[in-house]
Formats: sequence, C-alpha cells, structure tokens
Amino acid sequence: MTTKLFGEPVRRREDARLIVGAGRYLDDIGADAYAAAFVRSPYAHARVVDIDVSPALDVDGLLAVYTYEDLTGPMAEPLPVLIPHPQLTHARTGYTLVRDVAHHVGEAVVMVVAVDRYVAEDAAALIEVTWEELPVVVGVDAAEAAVHAVHPDVPDNVAARHHQERGDVEAALAASAHTLSFTQYFERSASMPMEGKGVHARWDADDSALRVHSSTQASTSVRAAIAAKLELSLEKVEVIAPDVGGGFGVKIMHPWPEELLVPMAAIKLGHEVKWVEDRREHFISSAHERQQRQEVAVGYDDDGRITALDVLVWHDNGAYTNYGIIVPINTATQLCGPYDVPVYRARVNSVYTNTVLVTPYRGAGRPQGTFVMERTMDRIAQERGLDRLEVRRRNLIQNDQFPYDWGMTFQDGRPLVYDSGNYPGLVDKLEALVDWPGLETRRAEAATRGKLLGAGMAMYVEGTGPGPYEGAHVEVLGSGKVLVSTGLTSQGQGHETVFAQLAASELGVPLEDVEVTTGDTRRFGYAVGTFASRAAVVSGNAVALAAKGVREKALRIAAELLEADPGDLEIDEGLVQVKGTPGASIPLRTVAVLSNPLRYAFDEAARQATQFAGPGDDSKPPIAVGDSPGLEYTDYYSPLRSTFAAGAHAAVVEIDPATWEIDVVQYAVVHDCGNVVNPMIVEGQVQGGVAQGVGGALYERMAYDRDGQLQNASFMDFLMPYASEVPDVDIDHQETPSPLNPLGIKGAGEAGVIPGSAAIASAIEDAVGRRIAAMPISPTELYDLMRSDGEQVPRLPTATGVPA
Amino acid sequence: MSTTTERTVTVTVNGVPQQVTVPVRRLLSDALRHDLGLTGTHSGCEHGVCGSCTVLVDGAPVRSCLVLAVQVDGSSVTTVEGLSRSDHQGGEVLHPIQEAFRECHALQCGYCTPGFLTTLAAGLDARDPAVPITEDEVDELVGGNLCRCTGYANIKKACRHAAEQMRTAAEATR
Repeated sequence: MTTKLFGEPVRRREDARLIVGAGRYLDDIGADAYAAAFVRSPYAHARVVDIDVSPALDVDGLLAVYTYEDLTGPMAEPLPVLIPHPQLTHARTGYTLVRDVAHHVGEAVVMVVAVDRYVAEDAAALIEVTWEELPVVVGVDAAEAAVHAVHPDVPDNVAARHHQERGDVEAALAASAHTLSFTQYFERSASMPMEGKGVHARWDADDSALRVHSSTQASTSVRAAIAAKLELSLEKVEVIAPDVGGGFGVKIMHPWPEELLVPMAAIKLGHEVKWVEDRREHFISSAHERQQRQEVAVGYDDDGRITALDVLVWHDNGAYTNYGIIVPINTATQLCGPYDVPVYRARVNSVYTNTVLVTPYRGAGRPQGTFVMERTMDRIAQERGLDRLEVRRRNLIQNDQFPYDWGMTFQDGRPLVYDSGNYPGLVDKLEALVDWPGLETRRAEAATRGKLLGAGMAMYVEGTGPGPYEGAHVEVLGSGKVLVSTGLTSQGQGHETVFAQLAASELGVPLEDVEVTTGDTRRFGYAVGTFASRAAVVSGNAVALAAKGVREKALRIAAELLEADPGDLEIDEGLVQVKGTPGASIPLRTVAVLSNPLRYAFDEAARQATQFAGPGDDSKPPIAVGDSPGLEYTDYYSPLRSTFAAGAHAAVVEIDPATWEIDVVQYAVVHDCGNVVNPMIVEGQVQGGVAQGVGGALYERMAYDRDGQLQNASFMDFLMPYASEVPDVDIDHQETPSPLNPLGIKGAGEAGVIPGSAAIASAIEDAVGRRIAAMPISPTELYDLMRSDGEQVPRLPTATGVPA
Repeated sequence: MSTTTERTVTVTVNGVPQQVTVPVRRLLSDALRHDLGLTGTHSGCEHGVCGSCTVLVDGAPVRSCLVLAVQVDGSSVTTVEGLSRSDHQGGEVLHPIQEAFRECHALQCGYCTPGFLTTLAAGLDARDPAVPITEDEVDELVGGNLCRCTGYANIKKACRHAAEQMRTAAEATR
C-alpha cells in the first residue's frame, strides 16, 4: 500500500503559500476597511473623571468615537467569566470599554475609527481623559498583604482558593522521618506571538449578516460571544481564523474587547472595520502568565522517598479572571509530575493585582508546578547525599501502576487519572543522551577554561487532549478532491498537514488530493478550540473517525457496483478495488459521483449519476431509508479523560565567573507523546517549546514597577531569545500509546516549555553551589546572589519582576 | 484639520517600476502592504527589533518599519514575493532558501518567515557559493531576526541546506 502516511515526516502543506508571501493573515484582509485605534489607560488603577473627545472631532478622516456611554444591552455588561468554577468565588471581569475604573495600564477606554490607522491614532492622541489615581497593587506579595484592594468588594484580593488533596498531609508530614520547607518565586512572561491580535468585521446589511475574521485560537466560541453580546442570531454571524501568526495561549482568551467592539462599529458604520494590535498594545493589554510565590513543605524517608508534600501557592491572576482558574488548577494537579507522591495537598490562592490579566501561556501553570516538584527533588537529593537521577528513580510511578488514579479532579472537570507512561524509561534515555556519568569530567575540563559547569534535569507529566470534544467533516468530491474540515483552529502547528495525513491514511487516497480547512465556522460550527496540546488528540481522532465513515460508505456503494462484498474491497491511491483481483476496480471519485443520484447533468462526470444513465434497482428508492446523498461523513471524538504525555529534560550550563553570563551549552530532551503522526512536526514543537523555556528561565520577565507601569513593553527591553540565545537540542523519543483514543496519541504542543526553568535552575545551582529559588535569573542577579550569604534568596521582589 | 502632506514616490518593486502617492509619514512597510498590496511583508514590532518586515533595498536587508516610503524614492525594493525568479520556460523557480525552509521545516506559523527569507537570501547571494558555509556565517545570518515558534534550529539547518544547494549548483555550472 502506498498511502500509509501515519508516522511519516511528511513535508508541510502550509509552507507552499507561506514561503512566497502568499499567506493570509489578519492584516492581509480588508484592504478598504476603516481602522480602529484605542485610547488606553495610562494608569494601573484610576477612576475616569471625564472624557473630552471634542479635540479629536476636527481630525480629517475621523469616522466615529465610542466610549462606555455608547454601549447598550449586553455590550454594557461585564465581559463573560469563560470558565466558571465553584472555587472561583470572587470572579471579576472588565468591560469592553472602561466604565468607571481602569484596573491595569492598557485597558481600553475609548475606541476611535477613522479612514486609516495613522488618522485613527492622530484622533486618539487628541482625546483627553481626566483620571483620579487610586492605590496600586503589584505582585503576589502586595496582593496577599492586601493593604489596598484591586476590587473594593474583594478586600483580601483573593479571587479563588483552589484546593486539591490526597490523604492527611499534616499527619503524614508529622510522621515523616525528614522534612524540608522553603519558598520560591516564579516570574511573569507572556506568549508573545510574532503576530499580535487582530479583528476584521464586515456587515452585510442586505443579508443582516456579520462576517468576522479574528486572529484567534477559538473561532466557534468567539462567534457565540459576538452573537450574544451584539444580540444577533448565531446563524447570522460567521467567524474565521485566517492564517494566524502564532498563539501560544494568548489567543485562546476571548472575547477580547476588540473582538466585540470592531464588529459593533462595522454594524453601526455599515462599513468594514479592522483593528490590528501593535506590539506595545500587545504588551500592555494582552494576557501574561506565570507569577507565583510557592511555599513548599515536604516529608521523606531515609532513602529519599517522598512521604508527604504540601504546597501553598500565591498565584497572580492580574486584574481580572475572565479565563477562570485554569492556570491554578494546572499547577495544583500537574505539580507531582511522574512521581508517586502518596500524600499531597495543594492550595492555590489566586489573587488580584493591577496588572494585565493572566490566562494560559504555553504550559499554563505546569512550568510553575514542575519548578516546585523538581526543585524539591534536588533538595532531597542534596539532603540525602543522593544523585539527582537516583532520587527521582526511587520516586517514579512504575509501569505497572497505570492507570494511575490521583483521586483528584483535573482542569477538564474529569478525574485525574494518568492513562499510560514509562517514566523509568525516560530517565534511562536521558542519562544516556546527556552522558550524565561523564559530567564530572566535563566539569573539570570546563574549569581549565575558567568556566563553572553545571548540569540539571527536570521531568514533567502533561495532561493533554482534554475534551469536551472536536468534530470533523470529510467529503469526497466528484473531482476526487477530499475536503476535510474541523472547527479547531491553527496557529502554525501544521494541522493542515497532520489532518491530511490522517484522512489520506484512513481513506486510501494520495495526500495531494486532500484539502484541510480549520477554524472556519462556515465549514464546521461545533468546536472548542486549540489549547492544552489537544489538536492532534481530539481533532485528529475526529478526522480519522470521519474519514473512516466515508470509507465505509464508499465501500458499500462500490460493493454494489462491483458486485462484491464490502469486506473484500480496499481503497488504494484513490481506487476502490477487489483485493487480489486486478481490474475489478472503480475510482473513488466515481463512487462520489454515483453517491449522489442526479436528475441534471451539470458536467461530464455528473452524467454517470443521472436517472437514465444505467439500469437501477426499481424495487428501492434511489436513496435508501436512513442514507443520505453524497460521499461525506461527519463524526466527533469526545475523550473520556485527558491523555498524559511526559518527558525528561537536562540542561548543561557554563558560567563565566567574571561576567556571570550563563550559557546553556547542551540541552537534552526525552519526549513521550504516544504514537506520533508526523515526527518532523513533533520535533519542531519540542524545539520551539525549549526555546521558550530557555527564554523564560534566563531572559524574559514582565518588569512592572510599583506603580503598575510595565517598564519593558517592547522587544528592545523584553528579551525574547534570538538564535544566539537558544542552544542546540538533542532529542530522543519514546512512544507509549494512549489506551484512551483510537490513534493512541497524546498531545505534543506545550511539552517543550514546561521543565525549562526547573532544569536550568538545577544546572546553575549545580555550577555555582548557591540555592536558586527564583526564576528567571539574569547575570546581574546571579552576581548579586554570589556576593550574598549562601542559601538565602537574595531577590525579594517588592514588585513584580523588578530586581531589588 | 489635516496633518498630511503627500509625495509621489518612484520605486522599482520586485523588478516592476511603480509610482505611488503616499503621505510623507507612511512607513515603507505600510506602503508595500497597503498601497501596493504586497502583504507578504509582515509587521511584528514596528520598532525595528524583530526583523519580520525585512525587505531588500538595492539588495541590502532593511527593516521596512523603520524606513519611510519616501526614502526609497529612486531605489529598488525586493520583498518576499520577489525572491523567486522565472525560469526559461516562464515558470517560477523558488530561491534555494525558500525551498530549504520547506524541506527543513524552518517555519511554523510563518509570520516571521518573510523577514528571514529576505535576509538569508541576500546573505547567501552575496557570498561565494563555492565556499562551504561556516557555522559562524550561519549564526551571523540567522542571528538578527526573532522567531517565536521554531527555536531557530531548523532555520539554521535551512540556511546550511540552501548554501549546500547553491554550492552544488555552482559546481554544476563550472
């Protein structure tokens, strides 16, 4: 069979258009659209006293100015709490335009629409807003202290107290042979896709219909939100995610104010309107993630086996909780990773600060959880005088313990049960890949060059592929072309290629015949979105199931025509044939034509299906009861629970004791995401994730000052890694299939980023012999640490991200 | 109130002479994208750091978000749409770096890709193709642009691959 494509490193189908500049991103749409620009709050916490738009009204080309006063009906109400949770007792969301109080710098106050962006910004600059400044809360420590409140009706600043428990942790800690307790900090970064957000809306007044393009990860839900907020019937709203220039989580948050305001303006003005976020807007008004203070208590026995783990996390959720407490839940439920922690308690206090809201960024709470668990492992190794690999081996969940039920509830509301895994295998492969036994030799060699060499490692388990579901539609046209659509969106993950591989493989057609559409509600209306490493698992299985449905129908029709049993037929290279009987065949495209009995021959192929074309069975209707015309099928995949991918990373660093520059000289990854559809794409995901992990460990932070001003809101000052900062990555794979889905796959999208900070902190600690309890770490901070007294954490952030 | 003064700019874009009348403050990136419809050039930061908007002005890489359209009056501009060339039969032949990006999976979302392609095409075209490329050269060529998806490994691989293809081609014509 020539059409076996599952598992092959097929070159991407997206690339043909993207390498010649023929992609179609948000700002490539709507050349004649009016442009929107926003007046945003310059203060982190301030009350609007007055808005004077009159100076802007003389600007040539100005078309409209909107403030909160112009919003009516549901648009005047707060934005939705997307993921309600019983423990999110004090959810607060903002308005599409500030009503009375801005809660972070960058919150939109006024929308201006003009003939182009230059003019819109001219007008926006002339609008005068009078503000009354209010006290500002920045950073988890200030939020906990609650001297001031972000929202006056939440005086302790606590939005949610999330709690997960397994056993009596206090009793188990008291009974432990040894205990340790410590505090760590983890800093804010952000998804930071190369393309910011953007929205284009076109109102068809004749049809009372709205077509919206948005650079989103969730087009079906954006559609529903627009319909609800603008009081339109759902079928009159279509939302399309065009080519999207990266997402990494920030575009799963929705509806962003602009996703509602731009369509509103398009309807009111009867003209296309577009807004394209600029980089500064992205920094100050799109979501961030990751800041936590972590208070850890662990009990363990003489052999270094954990007997109890108790974690209290203070999680900065920014000014609002639109996306619920998904990030805190991920930290709490994913923290233990691959280890058999018998007694465990996690409490996450999610607190308000006057900063941009926090929603998932690739990894989504897992890098922080991994930082707790892996640094705990390193401490136990140090306390017991054990090798760091050995202490991990002693604590791993063993292969015969699957399915491993934690007795907790995961972020999808389903039981936290690890489906499958081979964690000892990961450690064995990592040990070989990084040559762990040879590290002392390398350390000595580096010392001769005046460098401090250290190695660190970290492991993770990642819940991937959560439900509730995705669906797919597969249709074979009379031309032989196979159309595949799924509602889930794409931001560079290669879905067009992977889903085409799955459909072609299942259907027995050449890859070139398959065309995939994602994230277009005109083609597929039911979907959830792209997040939590779920596309391949959930949409992938849906595509395979839908293709299987088409295949069964094709074989049934062809069996009648070939007077054969469907079980004796196969499809290869688009030809339905009787196995082992050359010549007894019919092209799939002909089956597609014949599947739709016709009266009218609109083209040559259609003639074959018309009513006088050949003898039929007059005893039956042309379409059997329960059947339908056309060679197409729609199916859904709804997973029972999440699948759990896993991996182990190691980092080797060299540090220059003159400059304290930290150079990652080796980075090794062992990765297990079950069966792999396209290894080239999975490796690409891992490499990209590692780059973000290195960035988060050594370079990236959101440096808010005490007034809530983001001090580094540009690519000049927010240090996203260039090629020179990213190490080469050695990758080894292990494939432990998931028993939960037909294809046996687990997600791969986020894995690369998760253990980066933990592994690199471990390596730096190993190199310099000082406790690393806060990440990221810069050369300056490392220098300060080396001049301080040993173990203590010298950097006590009084404000987010600003070194003391 | 009007704050705009317009000028007519004469510029050769991808080999085609163009005249475009723009406000004097119009960025080259905006003029290419919105006035000439060449949307392959992407704006990633609009402050000259990310390199997504890189185009070639008289053969040299330039960040088109830091250049005003009026500044290229009389110049020749090449965008990602102009990197391929026609073969003898009138078909399109991609630049070796474009082929290499596809072969080596050097792009994911594709947003930064045009900036890398223009930068690397200029760099590769400017060197003696007969000389094998060094890692230092690759680092230098790749090192000025931001990519958030790939982690750069495959971009470097594509750079090596294209240089090797160009070396083979140069040997064949020798």
